Amino acid sequence: MKTTETNTAAASPAIDASPRLGVLKTYKLYIGGKFPRTESGRFYKLTSPTGEVLANMCQGSRKDFREAVVAARGAQGKWASATAYNRGQILYRIAEMLEGRSSQFVAELVQMGTPVSEAQAQVACAIDRMVYYAGWCDKYQQVFSSVNPVASSHFNFSVPEPTGVVSVIAPEASGLAGLISVIAPIIVGGNACVVLASNSQALCAITLAEVLHTSDLPGGVVNILTGDRDELLEHFASHMDVNAMVYCGNDADHIEKVRTTATGNLKRTLTRSRTDWIAEDAQGPYDILDTIEIKTTWHPIGV
Amino acid sequence: MTQTDTPKLVFDTDWSYAPAPETVPVQIDDRYGLFIDGQFVEPGDGKYFDTINPANRQRLAEVAEAGKADVDKAVKAARKAYDNVWSKMPARDRGKYLYRIARILQERAREFAVIESMDGGKAIRESRDVDIPLAAAHFFYYAGWADKLDYAFPGKVPDSLGVVGQVIPWNFPLLMAAWKIAPALACGNTVVLKPAETTPLTALKLAELIRDAELPPGVVNIVTGAGATGAAIMSHPDVDKVAFTGSTEVGKAILKSIAGTSKKYTMELGGKAANLIFEDAPIDQAVEGIINGIFFNQGHVCCAGSRLFVQESVADIVIRKLQDRMQTLIVGDPLDKNTDIGAINSKPQLEKIEYYLKVGQEEGAKMWQPTCSVPDSGFFCKPTLFLDASQSHRVVQEEIFGPVLAIQTFRTVEEGIAKANNTPYGLSGGVWTDKGSKIFKVTSKIRAGVIWANTYNKFDPGSPFGGYKESGMGREGGLHGLKEYVSLN
Repeated sequence: MKTTETNTAAASPAIDASPRLGVLKTYKLYIGGKFPRTESGRFYKLTSPTGEVLANMCQGSRKDFREAVVAARGAQGKWASATAYNRGQILYRIAEMLEGRSSQFVAELVQMGTPVSEAQAQVACAIDRMVYYAGWCDKYQQVFSSVNPVASSHFNFSVPEPTGVVSVIAPEASGLAGLISVIAPIIVGGNACVVLASNSQALCAITLAEVLHTSDLPGGVVNILTGDRDELLEHFASHMDVNAMVYCGNDADHIEKVRTTATGNLKRTLTRSRTDWIAEDAQGPYDILDTIEIKTTWHPIGV
Repeated sequence: MTQTDTPKLVFDTDWSYAPAPETVPVQIDDRYGLFIDGQFVEPGDGKYFDTINPANRQRLAEVAEAGKADVDKAVKAARKAYDNVWSKMPARDRGKYLYRIARILQERAREFAVIESMDGGKAIRESRDVDIPLAAAHFFYYAGWADKLDYAFPGKVPDSLGVVGQVIPWNFPLLMAAWKIAPALACGNTVVLKPAETTPLTALKLAELIRDAELPPGVVNIVTGAGATGAAIMSHPDVDKVAFTGSTEVGKAILKSIAGTSKKYTMELGGKAANLIFEDAPIDQAVEGIINGIFFNQGHVCCAGSRLFVQESVADIVIRKLQDRMQTLIVGDPLDKNTDIGAINSKPQLEKIEYYLKVGQEEGAKMWQPTCSVPDSGFFCKPTLFLDASQSHRVVQEEIFGPVLAIQTFRTVEEGIAKANNTPYGLSGGVWTDKGSKIFKVTSKIRAGVIWANTYNKFDPGSPFGGYKESGMGREGGLHGLKEYVSLN
């Protein structure tokens, strides 16, 4: 297996003539704030476009997914009741951690076949997008709320609330910017999520998990699995304790399968078919709105 | 005095109510065709079905049953009107047409109220004071949005969708038609709407009214029929968006049928709302709220407060006062102005309710009904309580859509919230307490789209309505209801 450039570059020319032997990273899943291997014991070889083996990735199973949903459900309520200010600070912290690791993300994307300039653009976009969404944490409520002028003696208002637990099939071809672009608006809104990372660009998903883990994001708010899209798709859509599902891609059969299966508990299903995730319009408050519910409350006015 | 021997309400001892029928004459034709492209036409295969008065089983009219070809004709008319007229018309003028509809509806309100009560069985007091005024208000509210859509979606440009297919239920026939048609038209779409097969008349009268308002032909098409007609609308390839109000079961079937398409959708489905009474609630007001929550419109209400949770310390007094109040309810002729509970909408619905009354008793809950008399001419059901119900009972878990209330108790706030949320539904909920901080805590923890605190079953065109979880997706009413009828670019 090839060691990363940062590791080989670190070899010192000093005392010993033989170069330092790099330490390889084991890529695991991220569930409930922990890094377990898949319970299934399965793995797949992640290779570069030239056929070089980059890592043995966990091939996550249905059971891993179900455990991740339990973790997400457990974490969601507390995350939703954290103050908006606090959520904003945590998202900003994620951006800071991303910035610090930017060269590692670029190196991983390059290893997985992304041209250098594009890799750099993706990493820059991911960091800036996280800052962008950090700022939305305490603002989208004001944009999407209303006080409703009802024709009776009642105070009536509508506010956004999180949909709950969201399952996500992340973009296959944009391993970091795409991943960030779908996760951020979900957690801004107070939801928790379980994400299936890009199969072919899985390295930076697990590295992102390390970033999330060191950013004060409570364990379980974001859970990241690696594995096979065809195998897990239906389970992501059918799970009865998942409230919404985001599918990134444009495979018509997949989309129909997701929408059909999701009717089991009337999951909200959202399809993101874009391929350019760096674009300016790949972000916005309406993406937050997609995984929130509007609650309207009435109270009489009088004594 | 203990809690339960406080003085009773005493009604109906020396006095009885004289009949007070609403007598406004109404014009109902013997037969109604399909309203397509601005005129009433015969259905292609010549089939008609009867619509009856559920209070006396008498036939009111016969109504066309639209087949697939008729639906196709309606969609084509809607498409033509969209392409040639409605999408090109200045937004201000779309608004003015909607204002016209609202005004004519207000002028003819009493006539519509009487027909609504005759066709659907609801008490005239409700159709007169709630259904029809709210329907007119809905048109009036969305009329004003037509030329202001640019202000509704910051940073986005809203565009109309095209042809919208809409299927509505029998519990609030005209009001649901207004909820569906008004925002769709305001946003520049054209409509094919199907009213429920047991309550088609006010929608057909609305078609007449729309024709009188000189709305361009094809902008609103109203086709009648049962489930097959509805399915033909929902799955028509040239319908860009579907909106459905009805049962969760049918909603799921519709979503499956359109899963492979790019149709947008709004679903307003079933409910099993919790109504929580805390020990610090104003008890007498809460009792009125419980009554209104479950017996409004015979309980044929998706947001009905059909699960009552009473804090244990006040359970005895709340239940006794509730029973006292129920003893005063008048079940009878929907057209009598004194009637509180009208007729059950149809025979199948009455059979469904009676089935659940049997199931509830078999499962071990204690059934209680007042001693009131019930007319034997049509479909009626006494208001019913199930005492000592538990979370697993079917009368607690399943939507009955009738005047049946399942009662449970709780001790702590957390227990009340947990029990309230123990349902796949999430349309609405009620909270009764005089403590403000408790209201905010509980209303924010109940997973439902509409929460009434110290009130229940209030509606307004400006107030978004719609569910969480299996109660549907999307909102109707208010600013939030606009989003369902536009694409944002």
